[in-house]
Amino acid sequence: MPSLSIHAGGLDLKNPVLLAAGILGTTGASLRRAALAGAGGVVTKSVGSVPREGHPGPTIVHVKCGLLNAMGLPNPSYRDFQQEIKTARSAGVPVIASIFGSSATEFAQIARVLKADAFELNLSCPHAEKYGSELGRYPDLVESVTGAVKAAADVPVWVKLTPNTADILELGLAAQRGGADAVVAINTLKAMAIDIETGYPMLGNRYGGLSGQAIKPVAVRCVYELAGRLEIPVIGVGGISSWEDAVEMIMAGAQAVQVGTALLGGYGIFEEITCGISRYLERKSMTLEDLCGLAGRRSQ
Amino acid sequence: MKPINCIIEEVRSETPLIRTYRLDRNLNPAPGQYLMLWIRGVDEIPMSFSGQDTITVQSVGVATQAIFRMGAGSEVGLRGPLGNGFALKGNKILLIGGGVGTAPLAFLAEVAKKADISVTSLLGFRSRDDMIFQDRLEGLGETIITTDDGSYGIKGHASAGLKELNLFDYDQIYLCGPEMMMSDIISRTAEHAAKTQACINRYFKCAAGICGSCCLDPDGVRVCVEGPVLLADRLLDSEFGRYKRGPSGAKGPCRG
Repeated sequence: MPSLSIHAGGLDLKNPVLLAAGILGTTGASLRRAALAGAGGVVTKSVGSVPREGHPGPTIVHVKCGLLNAMGLPNPSYRDFQQEIKTARSAGVPVIASIFGSSATEFAQIARVLKADAFELNLSCPHAEKYGSELGRYPDLVESVTGAVKAAADVPVWVKLTPNTADILELGLAAQRGGADAVVAINTLKAMAIDIETGYPMLGNRYGGLSGQAIKPVAVRCVYELAGRLEIPVIGVGGISSWEDAVEMIMAGAQAVQVGTALLGGYGIFEEITCGISRYLERKSMTLEDLCGLAGRRSQ
Repeated sequence: MKPINCIIEEVRSETPLIRTYRLDRNLNPAPGQYLMLWIRGVDEIPMSFSGQDTITVQSVGVATQAIFRMGAGSEVGLRGPLGNGFALKGNKILLIGGGVGTAPLAFLAEVAKKADISVTSLLGFRSRDDMIFQDRLEGLGETIITTDDGSYGIKGHASAGLKELNLFDYDQIYLCGPEMMMSDIISRTAEHAAKTQACINRYFKCAAGICGSCCLDPDGVRVCVEGPVLLADRLLDSEFGRYKRGPSGAKGPCRG
């Protein structure tokens, strides 16, 4: 079988299929379970500087083309999360801590104390006041937050970008200027759904983020644009639910991919995707390296 | 699935703090399954079925208080039935319930009786005034009742009723109640853990198995989709009865 191991974003990964932030990432045990199920790395639920209970329910709504969520960044704070990371790390794959804050100082404070294999900066959650995309849509803030965390942390720093902007490339370039080791694209698209029986917005928070199948073509385009211009690696995420989706995202230029909403179908998705990529590479007599960014080379 | 709109057809008071709501449709649930009840403008919370088309609610917080303000004709949204439910096995079963946890067991007893399974119940309540579904269960088989204050039946917790029973007589044991009560029963009856099914409670947010808020240590069991009914065998060396995570994901004590 062709090797799926890869060095991406400053981490050695046994395969390029990671668990995305916010999915089964509240406890060390569930992260560990994802790792044991075959994930090449796992990203935690985003943690901030103070405990948050999140938005009232409903926190998710299934729509025909995907999933809406507005969890509201529930987390016990970074002070109460180290044990969960420790448990997750016992599975032997890198654990990437997703962190959020309302300023460069708040981000840096968390990164100074929390121990993980890498940080992923949540500059892209579309439904939490004062956090996420409220900072992440401004290139100068993306650059300064990234710079502050780089100065505070001694592990790789990834920056997760929002697609809720006119030009995601500008945000990617800002992260690169700030010293990011990789960008992760994309977070959810800001969205909502209304109950037509009563007129009530369905999510407790009214607005949420759309993930799943519907956003995959958007994610592929963002990854393609970013990979074509950036010197740092791009990690692709958004609507990947099969090995074919993963191959497409890697061809767009992603060095690794993350899977989120597809976990609705269970933990088996990691093995399904990694086995599918292996068989594909074997059939095509290609390596992972040959695959990465192929679409960009084809369109030159 | 998207929430469907449902109308409350009837409200029945069981005790001052517990009411049963009958919905305008039968979702064909299995006993032990639950639904996510959307009280519009307030919250969405999990509720066990207490019958084919009923839920039994104890007033404990903002969302359940909002339900208590609703009468016949009120509309709610719901997703369900969700979760695995009890697996009905054997010819002779024992139900052990505590407080409002008696609700899914009463539903199970009726389904079991229809399948000609012999049902025995052991029910624990705080006092005579907190008793629910005594009539429903007494009509279906031998029923032993305990009250903490001794105002009815045997004085003490549900476990005080265990000495009246030979657990080897039963093919399967079904358990639902406050966590400390269930944990107490499970540890006292550990040799029967492989035939004991417990319907448990954790903090559910998504109820779809992806957010991770209900995952149980040490194996990360997603209670909202792999439960809420779990074999006691799986609970014996788990966080169950020791701690539970709240809405933020922080660990806290198990109450009740």
